[in-house]
Amino acid sequence: MSDKGLDLTLHVWRQPDRKSPGKFVAYQVKDVSVHASFLEMLDILNDSLVEKGEEPVAFDHDCREGICGMCSLMINGRPHGGRKATTTCQLHMRFFSSGDEIWIEPWRANAFPVIKDLCVDRGAFDKIIQAGGFVTANAGSAPDANDVPVPKEAADAAMDAAACIGCGACVAACPNSSAMLFTAAKLSHLHHLPQGQGERGRRTLAMVSVMDAAGFGNCTNHYECEAACPKDISREVIAEMNRDYAKASFTHKEHATKSDA
Amino acid sequence: MKLDPRSPTGPIGEQWTKAKFDFKLVNPANKRKYKVIVVGSGLAGASAASTLAELGYDVACFCFQDSPRRAHSIAAQGGINAAKNYQNDGDSVYRLFYDTVKGGDFRSRESNVHRLAEESVNIIDQCAQMGVPFAREYGGTLANRSFGGAQVSRTFYARGQTGQQLLLGAYSGLSRQIGAGKVKMFPRTELLDVVVIDGRASGIVVRDLVTGAISSHSAHAVLLCTGGYGNVFFLSTNAKGCNVTATYRAYKQGAGFANPCYTQIHPTCIPVSGDYQSKLTLMSESLRNDGRVWVPKNKADIAKHPDQISDGDRDYYLERKYPAFGNLSPRDIASRAAKEQCDDGRGVGPGGRGVYLDFRDAIKRDGKAKIEEKYGNLFEMYERITGEDPYRVPMRIYPAVHYTMGGLWVDYHLQTTIPGLFCLGEANFSDHGANRLGASALMQGLADGYFIIPYTLGNYLAGVQAASIADTKHAAFTDAEANVKAKLDKLMGIRGKRPVDSFHKALGHIMWEDCGMARSKASLEHALAEIPKLREQFWSDLSVLGERDSFNQSLEKAGRVADLLEFAELLVTDALVREESCGGHFRVEHQVEGEAKRDDENFCNATVWEYKGEGQAPVRNLEPLVFDNVHLATRSYK
Repeated sequence: MSDKGLDLTLHVWRQPDRKSPGKFVAYQVKDVSVHASFLEMLDILNDSLVEKGEEPVAFDHDCREGICGMCSLMINGRPHGGRKATTTCQLHMRFFSSGDEIWIEPWRANAFPVIKDLCVDRGAFDKIIQAGGFVTANAGSAPDANDVPVPKEAADAAMDAAACIGCGACVAACPNSSAMLFTAAKLSHLHHLPQGQGERGRRTLAMVSVMDAAGFGNCTNHYECEAACPKDISREVIAEMNRDYAKASFTHKEHATKSDA
Repeated sequence: MKLDPRSPTGPIGEQWTKAKFDFKLVNPANKRKYKVIVVGSGLAGASAASTLAELGYDVACFCFQDSPRRAHSIAAQGGINAAKNYQNDGDSVYRLFYDTVKGGDFRSRESNVHRLAEESVNIIDQCAQMGVPFAREYGGTLANRSFGGAQVSRTFYARGQTGQQLLLGAYSGLSRQIGAGKVKMFPRTELLDVVVIDGRASGIVVRDLVTGAISSHSAHAVLLCTGGYGNVFFLSTNAKGCNVTATYRAYKQGAGFANPCYTQIHPTCIPVSGDYQSKLTLMSESLRNDGRVWVPKNKADIAKHPDQISDGDRDYYLERKYPAFGNLSPRDIASRAAKEQCDDGRGVGPGGRGVYLDFRDAIKRDGKAKIEEKYGNLFEMYERITGEDPYRVPMRIYPAVHYTMGGLWVDYHLQTTIPGLFCLGEANFSDHGANRLGASALMQGLADGYFIIPYTLGNYLAGVQAASIADTKHAAFTDAEANVKAKLDKLMGIRGKRPVDSFHKALGHIMWEDCGMARSKASLEHALAEIPKLREQFWSDLSVLGERDSFNQSLEKAGRVADLLEFAELLVTDALVREESCGGHFRVEHQVEGEAKRDDENFCNATVWEYKGEGQAPVRNLEPLVFDNVHLATRSYK
């Protein structure tokens, strides 16, 4: 691998706010270190724009170590750039070559309206969690942690699903803008644990109902979500959710009343 | 400034129980009449907001991120301590208390630390019940590991993502209360001032980061849970958004700021690779359980491939210098030792600023599969960033700023010197003294939020009339709003040439060189000369483009950097005044054979800075620290 800097052409989506139309604007960046991260490359672009008196590109980011889920970006049509299990902040420029043209867009989904440039509003994810993505347990009410054994396999399966960082890549990757991988990951996390069993049915119904209301599409088994997920969440969680949903639809009164009405 | 710690009296083990009984209570039916503002949604903020809502208070919670799930607690990797003694290896509440006081180099308050150790056990229970997927043994019981600076295995973990899982647990509890209408959540909203009326915290002024709108919010009490100020160094393991604005603006409103010079440098981070670098990535300290730290014995070997350096030519310097603790020596000691080797010209990698963390022997002993199971995600992260495979080539690591022990001074009730203004988690001056032990930050954040503030805040509110809530039309609010707008306009109006990050980087460079791992009178005085110059350049040559009343990330950043540029001076002043070495604060003038030399006669205290106005020197106040239980002794890990 050469350590020579990269010269790149960036086509960046610029959109002043939610209501105004957006467009791609081309920028040149020169001599970018191959060790820089993708976001550091955008920092370089932004500093050069400010020096020229042009408004910098807005993009979301925070931890820059792949865990907060704040960064996003469609890079050449792939969420987070399309490298396996990698967020945009951990995508390094060594995977690009000098002369490359890179297309950078925000997540595109009706449920994620654009705020500005590359930033979108992912508040719909919070609403899904608020509907039931928790175990009802007030502080102070817990038994000793070892009183409820959790077999290692169950804890591991829960952890696999709990690794979701809520970035929204699954939605952005899906041709239907479905949020089923996100929603199902939270359900799978809680439903592999004994603590999650008490609310299993009502949780599934409530979260799915808010997910649908938020404007996300349905799953039609493309599995683009799994391929795009920077945390390798398996599509199997969707099957688990569908089973739970079907079961709860028959057994849960609240649901029956709602759909009858 | 009056500093009454309000620590309970009596035997240390009974103080918290007694205090909880003595606290006044708010009648359950009256709780909804009290409004509480929580700023920040990390472990401390989310756990406090949800718990107070569960109790029935009317809670509003603010965070600058797009969702409360993204607060920087999420990045903690290694684990959370608790004195459960599940491993039957001699742990106890008293031992955790003892280790924390000693680890903090005798610069914390005993009563607070003991309470923290007591509550540690409840945190694990609570988190497990909320569905945090802690690591388990095959039989289903909780797994533990040992962690930097401890000789017992008391650390609970969820792979290398413990902070993420604990935060998602606290966020799920918070989400439940938001969904139930008990907490009103304000994401993408930043605190820009604290409003004090008649000596009591009465509310805050915030900016909606999407629309740019400024608004006032009043409450009976305000809780700042806004994290640390590590980003004063620009390069740190903190998230890019971490800042000192909330606590610094509270300081300017009269809250004492304690021990700002106590900053923690974490020994195991990925070294800096270039000027474009925007942050440093931590490699969990848990790696030191199996990795061995070394540098070549001979300077001539530093450019050689590590495989070509035989065991005899390697200096496992931590094992050599600290045989009892070896690679698990506390953070401050391990960091300084790494700097020493590199200063000696035996550092490896670009610029000679790195040491090896080698898993060769662990892989030989336990097999690659076992190591992969324990650290797989960390190894992957390392490879993603550096392009090197740590299963084959030893990692290169170097210390980086990670955590700040200083913060707003709080009493036993977690109340600052402003009545009604409370401070939780990393933002307060904390229970960690001059150095925090690994896996203790998560513990403190959750103890403060789940189990301490619900009691101490009730005691405060019981003495406040519910009808006394301030009107946001009060002059104190309208003045604060006007000041906030004027400051934003001033930032927008400079119309210079330089982007805000260039000033932040310059500040970080001064702080790291002059006030980093080793500090001297000369370096600190140099910093005190440079910072005002840089600040002047900032206010004359900054460029913030775009509009004030819209989504404007440069403006957000400019406000934060403006505060860091003032706060840095306070930090350096504190470091200059503290003429001793303790924990994370190392003054080269005060050492014995390379080890930190404390001065208990003159500095067994917390320094609390009091703001006196623009251009005035802050006043130094002292809270004497008394050690009735853990006797003052030189910290030795040899």
